[in-house]
Amino acid sequence: MALPAEEALTASRRVSQKITAAHRVRSDVPFVVGLCLLSSVYLLLIAAMLLADLSFTTPGNFLAALRSEEIRYAIRLSLISCSITALLSLWIAVPIGYLMSRYPFRGKAILDAMLDIPIVLPPLVIGLSLLILFRTPGGRLIERFIPVTYAVPGIILSQWMVACAFAVRTMRTTFDQISSRQEQVALTLGCSQSQAFWQIVLPQARRGVLAAGTLAWARALGEFGPILIFAGATRMRTEVMPTSVFLELSVGNIEAAVAVSLLMVIAAMIVLLVVRIFGQTAVS
Amino acid sequence: MIVLENITVRAGTFSLCGISLEIPKGQYGVLMGRTACGKTTILETLCGLKPARAGRILLDGRDATSLKPAERGIGYVPQDGALFSTMTVRRHLSFALEIRKAARELVEARVAELAGLLGIEDILDRKPPGLSGGEQQRVALGRALSAQPKILCLDEPLGCLDEDTHHETCELLKRVCREVAVTTLHVTHSMNEARKLADCIFRIDGGAVTRVSGSPHA
Repeated sequence: MALPAEEALTASRRVSQKITAAHRVRSDVPFVVGLCLLSSVYLLLIAAMLLADLSFTTPGNFLAALRSEEIRYAIRLSLISCSITALLSLWIAVPIGYLMSRYPFRGKAILDAMLDIPIVLPPLVIGLSLLILFRTPGGRLIERFIPVTYAVPGIILSQWMVACAFAVRTMRTTFDQISSRQEQVALTLGCSQSQAFWQIVLPQARRGVLAAGTLAWARALGEFGPILIFAGATRMRTEVMPTSVFLELSVGNIEAAVAVSLLMVIAAMIVLLVVRIFGQTAVS
Repeated sequence: MIVLENITVRAGTFSLCGISLEIPKGQYGVLMGRTACGKTTILETLCGLKPARAGRILLDGRDATSLKPAERGIGYVPQDGALFSTMTVRRHLSFALEIRKAARELVEARVAELAGLLGIEDILDRKPPGLSGGEQQRVALGRALSAQPKILCLDEPLGCLDEDTHHETCELLKRVCREVAVTTLHVTHSMNEARKLADCIFRIDGGAVTRVSGSPHA
């Protein structure tokens, strides 16, 4: 009968043999195939949706939609309002993102949660809240100088309320990823905090600024709920592209609605591609 | 001269109390200690990047305790160099002078002088991502010295260099600090570095700084 010490030694040798025996690794193919399959479900759905839209319309419908003065107005207003919204979003998102990323202060968690409210609220509620806000004495005072409700500024404000929240998140993440060490060195080199921000941090954040601007633009292009409630859906006045889709659908003109939808897809694709290519060139 | 008198500093849950040290004018001081013992915190407090909760900081006889980092006249080289990734080496060397709105000729002359001193003339138009570890440290040193500070703070400047570059950069540090006559505080955990470079050595252990070698007066 083996002694306990000998048994332990034998067991230890067995473990050692197992560890040192040729280690075989399973094939990576199932993992990669799994990744591709899961990804392709989503991508195929997007492609199928676009193809279905395309099959529902003809070049004739498309040209007819483009010839319509109301739809041309909606395209123009969409492009202008989205660009203004993107710029306004960056104007606010850059300082908020930097403040939240760099400065510890009391109540930061509450402020952080507040910044997500426009993302989590249903779009209709944002529109309704804006409508109520502009019925208060403060809102009425503003309306005396600039008509906002059921007017073009109302469209921009509706788009901006939602798009800015996404831009803020992007800028916060961008600044979080930039080490504060470089700013600290800049401070010892004679910079004020403002100089360190403009000369050291912002040039490094340009990719993030571009991403935030693009995201805000794209989000604004698809905004509909708050615009419908707060700015209305008056043709040749407060009609943006999503409004056109809604109006054409409501009168049963599905071909025109699909044509405008595809125009939105093309416009969004062009802007996203141009910005990405321009962004990569600028960065490299 | 660098003098820390009974400095108390807190960084998150970590704190140091009653820290004192003195490095005479023009001398090379090395502060040694184990990882996470507070060496970098002391350096950052000296640079004004962390506020001292108590005590005094004297730089060349001037009370700098409440001065902003920009007003202390300290050149700072952090552990990873922290080069400005969007700027060329030339711009690194001219940055502090441009901030001070120095004349263009003066800036160009200073850049040429520093590039010669540090042997980085050939890389002036390159950006940090293309530089080797040794080159990055030279640029970080040049940037720190560009505004002719009286004090130089180095946070493990040789920590991530290979053996050859380590020796080379060590020699360079020794030569440059003597030539520009700057009072230096170098933080490291390497006794080898301390022996090669230091006029005076301090050790931080258990939250207290003690002088290990060197005279307290020049």
